[in-house]
Amino acid sequence: MALSKNDVAKVGLLARLALSDAELDTMTRELSSIVGFVGQLEKIDTSAVEPLAHPLDTQNVFREDVPRPSLSTAEALQSSPRHDGECFLVPAVLGDTGSA
Amino acid sequence: MQPSDLSAVDLVNAVRQGDLTAVRCTEAYLDRIAALDGSINAFLSVDREGSLRTAASIDERRKAGKPIGPLAGLPVAVKDALCTTDQPTTCASKMLAGFRPPYDAEVVARLRAADAVIVGKTNMDEFAMGGSNENSAFGPVHNPWDLARTPGGSSGGSAAAVAADMAPVAIGSDTGGSIRQPAGLCGITGLKPTYGRVSRRGLVAFASSLDQIGPMARSAADCALILSSIAGHDPGDATSLDAPVPSYTADLERPLEGVRIGRVAAHFGAGVDPEVAHAVEEAFAAFRAAGAIIKEIDLPHADAGVATYYLVAPCEASSNLARYDGAHYGHRAEPGKTSGGFESALVEMYCRSRAEGFGPEVKRRIMLGTYALSAGYYDAYYAKALRVRRLIRQDYLDAFAEVDLIGGPVSATAAFKLGEKTGDPLSMYLVDLYTVGTNLAGVGGISFPCGFTKSGLPIGFQLQGPALAEQLLLRAADRYQHLTDWHLRRPAIAAQRC
Repeated sequence: MALSKNDVAKVGLLARLALSDAELDTMTRELSSIVGFVGQLEKIDTSAVEPLAHPLDTQNVFREDVPRPSLSTAEALQSSPRHDGECFLVPAVLGDTGSA
Repeated sequence: MQPSDLSAVDLVNAVRQGDLTAVRCTEAYLDRIAALDGSINAFLSVDREGSLRTAASIDERRKAGKPIGPLAGLPVAVKDALCTTDQPTTCASKMLAGFRPPYDAEVVARLRAADAVIVGKTNMDEFAMGGSNENSAFGPVHNPWDLARTPGGSSGGSAAAVAADMAPVAIGSDTGGSIRQPAGLCGITGLKPTYGRVSRRGLVAFASSLDQIGPMARSAADCALILSSIAGHDPGDATSLDAPVPSYTADLERPLEGVRIGRVAAHFGAGVDPEVAHAVEEAFAAFRAAGAIIKEIDLPHADAGVATYYLVAPCEASSNLARYDGAHYGHRAEPGKTSGGFESALVEMYCRSRAEGFGPEVKRRIMLGTYALSAGYYDAYYAKALRVRRLIRQDYLDAFAEVDLIGGPVSATAAFKLGEKTGDPLSMYLVDLYTVGTNLAGVGGISFPCGFTKSGLPIGFQLQGPALAEQLLLRAADRYQHLTDWHLRRPAIAAQRC
């Protein structure tokens, strides 16, 4: 199945990946070829088959809800590109102005 | 005798008995890394000071008569996909360049508790996506048997480190063959345990329903030693199996009389290199001579494995890798030079950080997964793949009603040349033909050398077993390694005295 450049641009936004025009061209060609390949599955009759998301027959796993140590704020922030010691800092969530 | 001439089992015995100090053992391997890794590139970081400090403390404890762990003094190389607090953890991605995790992976914690010495972190395909190690942001790994060739991937650094005797054992992870295929291409032994046998906590997530950590070493006996220390339930990983851990070393010598090994005719189809087919058939003959019963079986949906895998894995990856947002940790694009077209500064930061941090293969898989999960395509692609996954698992369940293990090639060819497949992503994906089924079914597999091509490249044999059959997988490989000496051969580069 062939994807259009426009399809790929939309997926790029969903995936939060900025793609250059050249990358869009390459990605359109490569994804079309891969999607064509995986499309072979449609030939297999699965009308009576349930999806399998987990390979083993594990049931729900429960544990007691007890407090235990977790990362401190400082540890959680230690690898953040920008923080103020208490919070992660990010650019403006709304509108197109300002950046942290 | 050099420490690098000894097996892992012999090394820990020598340290325990005082014939070898942990410091001398660690130093010998660090010296080999310093001498050889310039031409192999198996390590992304080496912790000389830290590992010698750890080794010295083990020696002190032993001298003082205090208890030491089952892996005391054993140097271990760990794939850079496992979190380590004292060494960087990059997953071979610019996204995580310099990242220091705030906690150790459970497997790393267990290795430390067993007094293993973590000498360094190994190179890999970025985020474990690839079969040749060429997707590393820090340069490819070179196969010690032929530096112009790939070591396989994604645990190529771990495989090459063991093959060149830069570490007696290494830790890898296997999502679709990433332990077994590089082990096969580098002439070493690699075990992918049953899904859930080993905790995934602190393994950087790629495809959570497929990922599994396992040992890579020269022999099955050495893999058994490591598995005994890292296997077992971890409340910190809800998918880890709460099943007893048997002794993986105790059962190795039991003969294979009556063990039924399945052979799949389709494994010897048109795409298989004749030299590989020949070596694999010889291995079947060796197993027969050892008392095993070889039985023809069929895995009817094996042909659909790669297509199923390249939907399930990218879908899970696109979700897992959404965490790299430039805010919590990892690369963040500098603000400025706005290209416009983004709905907010935040979305722009996300899109540009991810575009700068991820390499081409990771982007391709994120895109493929996002597409297959998007509205209108979910049922046709992702849900369809999950249905075929059930059929594939059922094939394995049916097969294991008839046989105890399934044998066959690991890869259709020996190691290919670096650059040979980089222009065509799909041809690279097909490399995984014989290995992805194990992960989709959630069972275990082991690969080990069963011969060499005329040009001197290792050929791998794979055994797959039912869930939690690690004892039998290791025992069968160990029995084979007592009949053959393929696993003892060393590339010329490893023979160098350092």
